[in-house]
Amino acid sequence: MAKLKVGLAQISPVLGDVQKNLQLHLDRIEEARQHKVQLLCFPELSLTGYVLKDLVPDVAMVAAESAPAMAELLAASQSMDLLFGFVEEDHRHRYYISAAYLSQGRIGHVHRKVYLPTYAMFEEGRYLATGDRFRAFDTRFARVGVLICEDFWHMSSPYALWLDGADLLLLMSASPGRGLSPEAALGSSRSVELMNQMYATFLTDFVLHCNRVGFEDGLNFWGGSTIFGPDGVLVAQAPYFEESLLIATLDLGALRRVRIQLPLLRDERPDVLYRELRRKVREQ
Amino acid sequence: MDIATRLLLNTEVTRRVLVAFLRRELERFGFKKAVLALSGGVDSSLSCFLAAEALGGENVLALLLPYRTSAPESAEHARQVIEITGAPSKTIDITPMLEPYFEQHPQMSDVRRGNMMARMRMIVLYDHSVHWNGLVVGTSNKTELLLGYGTLYGDMASAVNPLGDLYKTQVRQMARAVGVPEAIVQKPPSADLWAGQTDEGELGFTYAEVDKLLYLLVDERYGPEEAIAAGFDARFVKEVIRRVRTSQFKRMPPIIAKVSRRDVGHDFLYPRDWGT
Repeated sequence: MAKLKVGLAQISPVLGDVQKNLQLHLDRIEEARQHKVQLLCFPELSLTGYVLKDLVPDVAMVAAESAPAMAELLAASQSMDLLFGFVEEDHRHRYYISAAYLSQGRIGHVHRKVYLPTYAMFEEGRYLATGDRFRAFDTRFARVGVLICEDFWHMSSPYALWLDGADLLLLMSASPGRGLSPEAALGSSRSVELMNQMYATFLTDFVLHCNRVGFEDGLNFWGGSTIFGPDGVLVAQAPYFEESLLIATLDLGALRRVRIQLPLLRDERPDVLYRELRRKVREQ
Repeated sequence: MDIATRLLLNTEVTRRVLVAFLRRELERFGFKKAVLALSGGVDSSLSCFLAAEALGGENVLALLLPYRTSAPESAEHARQVIEITGAPSKTIDITPMLEPYFEQHPQMSDVRRGNMMARMRMIVLYDHSVHWNGLVVGTSNKTELLLGYGTLYGDMASAVNPLGDLYKTQVRQMARAVGVPEAIVQKPPSADLWAGQTDEGELGFTYAEVDKLLYLLVDERYGPEEAIAAGFDARFVKEVIRRVRTSQFKRMPPIIAKVSRRDVGHDFLYPRDWGT
């Protein structure tokens, strides 16, 4: 059965310097290439850094080959499939937090972050436009769904991708560490790990989460990137707080075996959900 | 779970974040060294330990800045911290810098004199920041910041502050974990601005009590009524909320009167760590 060698590049981007971050990507891609990685994921806004504020228009690029950074990453995608994060500018000058999936020199898919957190330390809604869709897409390895950070705090997002056929969920974030307790992990790490394990278990999907590390304006990013198998079991985890390239080989045959034992996908009733949602929306 | 338990933190995780924070924040602006005012109290001792771990003790300049009324015990405690951390130190008596002004204004209140001392220490500290080529590491904790219990442009001044999100009781927990001598952790906190001054005497409540209340109000977003229902005295709750509200200005840069389309205070919004 098919095996897939994946890598999660847990990097610390330079805030607002696309050129330096591009080099950081190319270095990690080269390292991953030496390990024969077939699919390499980077964190949210890996090409720009996170706390951008008024830098958003300065670091943005169009999701097209004409963007120099995109062209270089497309060239690099000849050796392995890539998923990375950037600020996307559309032709009417709206800015999005986007993720691009590149494969064999082509842009396979772009996801625009739908849920922009604008509360507490987050102010994404002030600077950025929201995406409006969750779409799975085919890759040469599996059907994939991409979500960015706050997207997967809404459980309908991975669910929508699951119904659209995604067997491999690629989640990326720039998650600030917070929440002190006697526990050995920060509260935010625990929540995200629980969530990802839950999605893997309930959706019987592979769930990969690539988080960044480093500091920006007093925020710490905690890393701890994870890979959960369709049985909800942790396959691999990167260290907290440190830059790392996490590599693991996924046995895609596990999807079949788990779903024979636990046919949640077979028994799912989106028609019932749809009817109930329609009723709710009408009532509102 | 009782509130004191909820204030407990994992010292290893916290230490890791704070040490990495100091290292990274200095490095990103091209600094390898730090300077701080070491009073011999638990806050500055913890800052010194964390900075020494982040940068190497030899890269942290500890300034002892006594005034003639400072408790001799303070200097002794500071010396213990210097010895353990290996930080180079310098003692500069601020008395001769302050006395001429105090002599001209003999009627000054303790608060005014205390503010003068805190600001004189800041002047010396920032002068050494240039001379030593190191950034000023802050020592203000979350309790002080929220209560406004500090001197604006005095002890509240710093370039990077590793303690600003730790309540005083959490500072004590961290201090013990990193090896700050027990005598420093246990002694009654004092700004040491005049003889016999203690924080808790001046504030009128203990850190243990106010930390629990602040934790509920700030971190857990309790309303005043909910805090009272949780067992806190109504007058205490009211007084603490008053202190937090009336000291809000101390936690912010000076307010700018907006007249243009884009001004520094309101909508020229770049990250501090821009380009690093």
